[in-house]
Amino acid sequence: MATLKDATAVVGIGQTAFAKQLPESEKALACRAILAALHDAGIDPGEVDGLASYTMEETDEVEVAKALGLGDLTFFSKVGYGGGGSCATVAHLAAAVATGQASVGVAWRSRKRGSGPRPWKNTGVQLPTPAQWTRPFGLLRPVDEIAMLARRHMHEYGTTRDHLFNVALACRNRANQNPAAVMYERPLTRDMYMTSRWISEPLCLFDNCLETDGALACVIVSAERARDCRHRPVYVHSAAQGLPAQHHGMVNYWNDDPLTGPAWTAARHLWKHADFGPEDVDVAQIYDAFTALIPLSLEGYGFCGRGEGGAFTEGGALESGGRLPLNTSGGGLSEAYVHGFNLINEGVRQLRGTSTAQVPDAATCLVTAGEGVPTSALLLRT
Amino acid sequence: MLTPVVDDDGAPFWEYTGRGELRIQACADCGELRFPPRPCCPHCQSFASEWREMSGHGRVWSYVVPHPPLLPDYAEQAPYPVVLVELAEAPRIRLVGNLVAEAGGRLDSVAMERVRIGARVQVVFDEDGLPQWVLERA
Repeated sequence: MATLKDATAVVGIGQTAFAKQLPESEKALACRAILAALHDAGIDPGEVDGLASYTMEETDEVEVAKALGLGDLTFFSKVGYGGGGSCATVAHLAAAVATGQASVGVAWRSRKRGSGPRPWKNTGVQLPTPAQWTRPFGLLRPVDEIAMLARRHMHEYGTTRDHLFNVALACRNRANQNPAAVMYERPLTRDMYMTSRWISEPLCLFDNCLETDGALACVIVSAERARDCRHRPVYVHSAAQGLPAQHHGMVNYWNDDPLTGPAWTAARHLWKHADFGPEDVDVAQIYDAFTALIPLSLEGYGFCGRGEGGAFTEGGALESGGRLPLNTSGGGLSEAYVHGFNLINEGVRQLRGTSTAQVPDAATCLVTAGEGVPTSALLLRT
Repeated sequence: MLTPVVDDDGAPFWEYTGRGELRIQACADCGELRFPPRPCCPHCQSFASEWREMSGHGRVWSYVVPHPPLLPDYAEQAPYPVVLVELAEAPRIRLVGNLVAEAGGRLDSVAMERVRIGARVQVVFDEDGLPQWVLERA
């Protein structure tokens, strides 16, 4: 049976500036990010024959291909569930390239979430299920839905606000080293965190990701082709999607164990196909729309036992030099929130040795998509 | 305030609450309760279902307290608790709802210090048939 393991590599990454408001359209930003990634790889746009993005991406393949002068496309896919789809875009292209459905794949995400509308404010168009069971009662925003799990995790396992602060601080500290990060010049203190306004108790302002305009892209080719590209290849070692049995999306309240989410399902598949385990991961880029997703993900991907995700963050574990350096460009909390695509590009930089918060000799990196929704993850290696 | 955007599967739930009854869908063949409602039983794949009346007793499994920015009708009552109630008959079925002082009460009508995980609650219905919850120990 054909296997994905190390069969493909990420050979190009590109991005626009990140800001609360950028003047260009999402379409123009998408085009700029993709061209930057192809230039980084040293591959001509006419060679691209595969595309992948999110179902929430508003610039479609036709627009991208005709604007950039891409070649004949033989593979294109879109992944659902918002930030749960980030790593799956790379996974789909890796599978397509490994099986000969495409030879040069580009994944991208462009979003004006900083200057555009907040999706939860839309009361006219909403899926009837499961919103009918939640929104009338004032559970309106993603932060409210995740705070429900965060409160229960605190109750069952003794997770504290200090644990969540550890997550916010690690991301902010790395952003303070990254000139491209929105929060580059904005340090965070414990006092700022503890006295900030509530958004949805028990989550405060600094438990929430940024609202950002920006776009990113990356290029995937076969391992063989990768050796001829401009940079050291970063191999897709293992890839997984995860939609657990009887999962309900972000309001996953109606099964036996709401605190065991899609990360656990994706992790089982990811590790089954890998030559190494959680203890061998040098650096992690874990989806952080909310700080509370980090303890859940640390448990799901096997870095600690169930219920230990809060305690894992103690003692600087997520900082540079700690047990598991986290979100080393600042993550969604402090670099940019572009549905997690910046985590993919930062994983690639770490394994090229070009991060602004470089982990010495990093050779393995876990990248995850959003926990709490049907998700996906990648293991990258040098 | 937002009213439920009802779909075919959910319609019976809201018809019953409109009559002051809390009913949950159950498989008519294997008897398993399921929520949210759906056309087919995930346990035995039967398409036959019935709506079983619940006692209306439950316990708070978790809760959040939203603060603005919120939609205007909700911002006006914020901060307010939103509770997740596990039903006495089916603890893995948890209903999102509001804890209020009495049927039809405002979202902020219960003192925040009285809201806690594990609190026993009882269903009531407002004038529009929307289920709400009151503390059993008032």
